[in-house]
Amino acid sequence: MEFQWQALTGGILVGLSAVLLFMSMRKIAGISGMIKQVLSNKGNGSDRWWPLVFIGSLMLGTWIYSILFSVESSLREGYPKELLIASGLLVGFGTYIGKGCTSGHGVCGIGRLSKRSIVATIVFMLCAVITVAVMGALS
Amino acid sequence: MKKLITALICGTLFGFGLAMSEMIDPDKVQGFLDIFGDWDPTLAWVMGGALLVSIPGFALLLSKEDKAHIKQGVIDSKLLVGSALFGIGWGLSGYCPGPALSVAPLIITELLWFLVPLVVAMVVAGAIFGREQD
Repeated sequence: MEFQWQALTGGILVGLSAVLLFMSMRKIAGISGMIKQVLSNKGNGSDRWWPLVFIGSLMLGTWIYSILFSVESSLREGYPKELLIASGLLVGFGTYIGKGCTSGHGVCGIGRLSKRSIVATIVFMLCAVITVAVMGALS
Repeated sequence: MKKLITALICGTLFGFGLAMSEMIDPDKVQGFLDIFGDWDPTLAWVMGGALLVSIPGFALLLSKEDKAHIKQGVIDSKLLVGSALFGIGWGLSGYCPGPALSVAPLIITELLWFLVPLVVAMVVAGAIFGREQD
């Protein structure tokens, strides 16, 4: 496998962010959990607002990167709407009841050596691989 | 206020990292998942890089009580079914929540067709299953 420094460095930054957030706030950098918390509209002061700030800052970070190194040209547009809708529904519902996504279970959960998260990550990776294989076979 | 500044710094770092690693590119993600087809293993380095930091980081930061609590976690049907549904959804579009939100302002027309259903499904799931605490 070829060495991919850019992907590795990006991953290291994501890991640093997760560790920093836990170190200073004892919070888990799980994005689906943050959306859940924003939607629940509960809590007071910074406890209520930090997930929204984090989500806005995700956009800011990607935007800063896109200004420094152009990425727009490589981004996909015009993907079939029915696939996007089905995907959004499954991701929303699945991460709600499974309590986590790539960040919460994948990066933080495995980072914490949680059995639940290791199993969750294996299951969602397998299902995603099968889905892409089936789509490939059908197209 | 300190918490909000921390969230700002960590969120920006996270979003910058996702963009740098190309996780925000759904074609790249689907290429990574396409192991039986034209497999592009690049994104394995992203997970590798993140775990390179998060495993030792959490090992240092977690207290004994934290570790005991994590060990008590139960693998139940909700975890399995939820993760399976999430995986299918992830494969269908190449978007998972973090990258989708990060890249949303750059390609908002495509992303709204993903993010609006995602929010609707979470609200529905919340109504059905209630709001449990982890």
